[in-house]
Amino acid sequence: MTGMLFYRRIASPLHATRAGVGAGWALALTVATIVLYNPLVLLALLLGVIGATLGSGVGHLVGRALRTALIVALPIVVVNVLVSRQGLTVFARLGDLGPFGQGNLTFEALLYGGVIALKVAMLILIATLAGLAVDPDELLGLWRRLSFRSALTASLATRMVPVLAADAQRISEAQRTRPLGAPSGARARVALLGAVIGGSLDRAMDVAATLEVRGFATGRRARRIPRAWSRHDIAFAASAVCILGLAVVGWLGGAVSFEAYPQVQMQVGPETLLLCVALLLAVVLPFGDRRGIEP
Amino acid sequence: MIGPLLSFAEVSYRYPGAGDPALDGVSFDLAPGEFCLLAGLSGHGKSTLLRAACGLVPHFHGGRFAGSVTLAGHDTREYGPSHLGAFAGVLFQDPETQLVMSSVRAELALALESRGNGAVAVARGVEEVALALGIDSLLDRSTNDLSGGEKQRVALGAALAGRPRIVLLDEPTSQLDPVAGDELIGLLRRLNQEWEMTILLAEHRLERCLAAADRVIALEQGRIACDGDPQAFLRWAARRSPALQTPGAKLFALAGLEPLPVGVRQARATLRSHGLLADEEQPAPAARSRAKVRRARASPEALGMRGVWHELRDGPAILRGVTLSLRPGESVALMGRNGAGKSTLLRHAAGLLEPTRGRVQRAGRVALLLQNPGDYFIHERVGEEAGPEALAAVGLAGMAARHPRDLSGGERQRLALAIVTGSPSPDGRSPRDGSPAVLALDEPTRGMDRRAKTELAGELRRRSAAGQAVIVATHDPEFAAACAQRAVLLADGRVIADGPACELLAGGWYFATETARILGGAGGALLAEHGAELLSGRMLALQEPFASTTPPGAEAGEGGPRGQHDAPVGREVAR
Repeated sequence: MTGMLFYRRIASPLHATRAGVGAGWALALTVATIVLYNPLVLLALLLGVIGATLGSGVGHLVGRALRTALIVALPIVVVNVLVSRQGLTVFARLGDLGPFGQGNLTFEALLYGGVIALKVAMLILIATLAGLAVDPDELLGLWRRLSFRSALTASLATRMVPVLAADAQRISEAQRTRPLGAPSGARARVALLGAVIGGSLDRAMDVAATLEVRGFATGRRARRIPRAWSRHDIAFAASAVCILGLAVVGWLGGAVSFEAYPQVQMQVGPETLLLCVALLLAVVLPFGDRRGIEP
Repeated sequence: MIGPLLSFAEVSYRYPGAGDPALDGVSFDLAPGEFCLLAGLSGHGKSTLLRAACGLVPHFHGGRFAGSVTLAGHDTREYGPSHLGAFAGVLFQDPETQLVMSSVRAELALALESRGNGAVAVARGVEEVALALGIDSLLDRSTNDLSGGEKQRVALGAALAGRPRIVLLDEPTSQLDPVAGDELIGLLRRLNQEWEMTILLAEHRLERCLAAADRVIALEQGRIACDGDPQAFLRWAARRSPALQTPGAKLFALAGLEPLPVGVRQARATLRSHGLLADEEQPAPAARSRAKVRRARASPEALGMRGVWHELRDGPAILRGVTLSLRPGESVALMGRNGAGKSTLLRHAAGLLEPTRGRVQRAGRVALLLQNPGDYFIHERVGEEAGPEALAAVGLAGMAARHPRDLSGGERQRLALAIVTGSPSPDGRSPRDGSPAVLALDEPTRGMDRRAKTELAGELRRRSAAGQAVIVATHDPEFAAACAQRAVLLADGRVIADGPACELLAGGWYFATETARILGGAGGALLAEHGAELLSGRMLALQEPFASTTPPGAEAGEGGPRGQHDAPVGREVAR
């Protein structure tokens, strides 16, 4: 279970922030990543996100997510280079590809594929960071006020993922201890799947009974617990506003303009560099204040 | 006069599709502030009774229900478990299925929130229950990170958060180590004594909680067979259901001593009053066991572990240089708290894990029986899981056509044993390495009643006598004493004690049998039979007449065992 990616309260400014603000901050990063295309600005944001993962104490776990992100991102680059016909700067000619036409690989397609891949990788990193550092129970608690049962079901699913993963690991170990080894073949796999599902249903019955006696069926609306804003709540809220503001300013003002096709046109002026620095600082500054972060 | 808090009136219940009733004409009343134990073998209706008390039966499980159950004045036929949950907190066996939220604070708050309590009431309820159960330091922890004992305490906290009037507990200590189990029982005792919380507790290891109880209800085939105070229950069990006797009561019954003790303290006081207990007992190892262990150590190794480390990447070391040797025919009990490294050690023994340092040598195959026998079952019939020889060897020859999940707890354990020890499978394939050189079992008695444990201990002794090396990780000192000659105590991944069971299980508080705790480890007696021999010898030496002493099964005058026909026997006793 130690290798799995789940929220765990540790001493970090982001963990110490209320879930609503933490999620909002992650959402601001997501919006910025989606609306901005300038590679320089994206690299600044990536640096910021990496700094945030280190500041949250989950860098090693996000590193694993990064490997997954690369597995997703690399094919995007390859496919874009192979299928895009809009670029003008050809760096390799594959000749006539029959129904696909001329196989000309262009620098513009390569760069645009790289930008999209970078965006996808960053979105995976941001989602992983939010999953590891934002308390899902607290977040779902906000939703519970709107729809108690849906939120509780979602919360339960979140909780049961590691439990079912542990079940699967246990059953797999048990099968390995059979003297003839784990059963093989399609029939055995179906039987094993049946056993896993049967075990999950047994567990689901127990969980359902627990929920019954805890009054789940009454389904009353939970009331809000007022909580004073901490320094970290304020810092991350301010950071989210700054990130969103800078993204909108950059997007509308043209300071981060980027066109890949037909030829690469990219803004790389002082205002772009200024925006990069501002975005980087907006992301990482809240992690500088380490007071009151202990669980 | 205060009315009963919980009342059963002629309750009978049959699960959907079941042939026999799970409850059959059950009637009793429970007054506020009572601490009542539910005793009985597996499958005799304890869990069903608890589920009927909180309305899960029949609302959740369906089936045929007759009679009436009233909880705090509410008839369970009219009110469902969600409504009754305001009066009854429920704690089931497996803590894993009772924690539904990701953090402890959210878990404790859930019951309060779902009943529509205000913010202040929720915050206050969470704080109070956390303080009462000593889990305030866990409030911001993730429920995934908690140990088994912590999870069970949090689950109890969640059951108590709404300040119910009664707590219904279904074998809550079955998955805990002795320390955590005793802590939980101590906690229940405190809730009962300080806050007059009514408690109805189903438990197999009665010696753990009998001293705290006011009353015991024993169930047989879904009927109440005994309802009385702990003394009356022990007298009934001595005559009618020896499998329910506590080790202390069995010791006294075999030695012919009265009154049968409800706990160690009472037993020692009785022995001292008879002059059968010295102020300072000296544990004396039985020479025979020591010689047996020495003889075993002279033979070649069946399993050898040399300086085995298991270190997690970015985590702690689970095993720290464990060196352990196991000879053919030797039986070893592996003990220690949850998280001490017992399961990891067994996985290394069986080759499921590779040491990060050190080495493991095996003379042959190591058959490993993991904690949950259900994890082995993937077929629809018992006969498809293991071959006829293996089934016959574990006494399941006539059950080949049954579904594995329909077996009782003890039968499931035996079927899993047949699977891992192996014999030609139904399709004719044979294990590559023949019968195992070593049989390793990880907590095989979890949730088992005493009868099933006795059968399993017998099976392990038989295998050990046949030359198989046996190693059992267990939290149950009585079971360890019944099946092992040698005991190994693990703590924090290290072997901290290794010696004859009669020495290691005789001299402690937690890792000692009840007989050993009563006798102060005298003579290395671990089981009631050996302890009774020791006491008989002392009684002869003292040549005391023991006028009040009666042989087991005979009438003992007022308050003594009753005849065979007046069951339930305890109804009139001191109530």
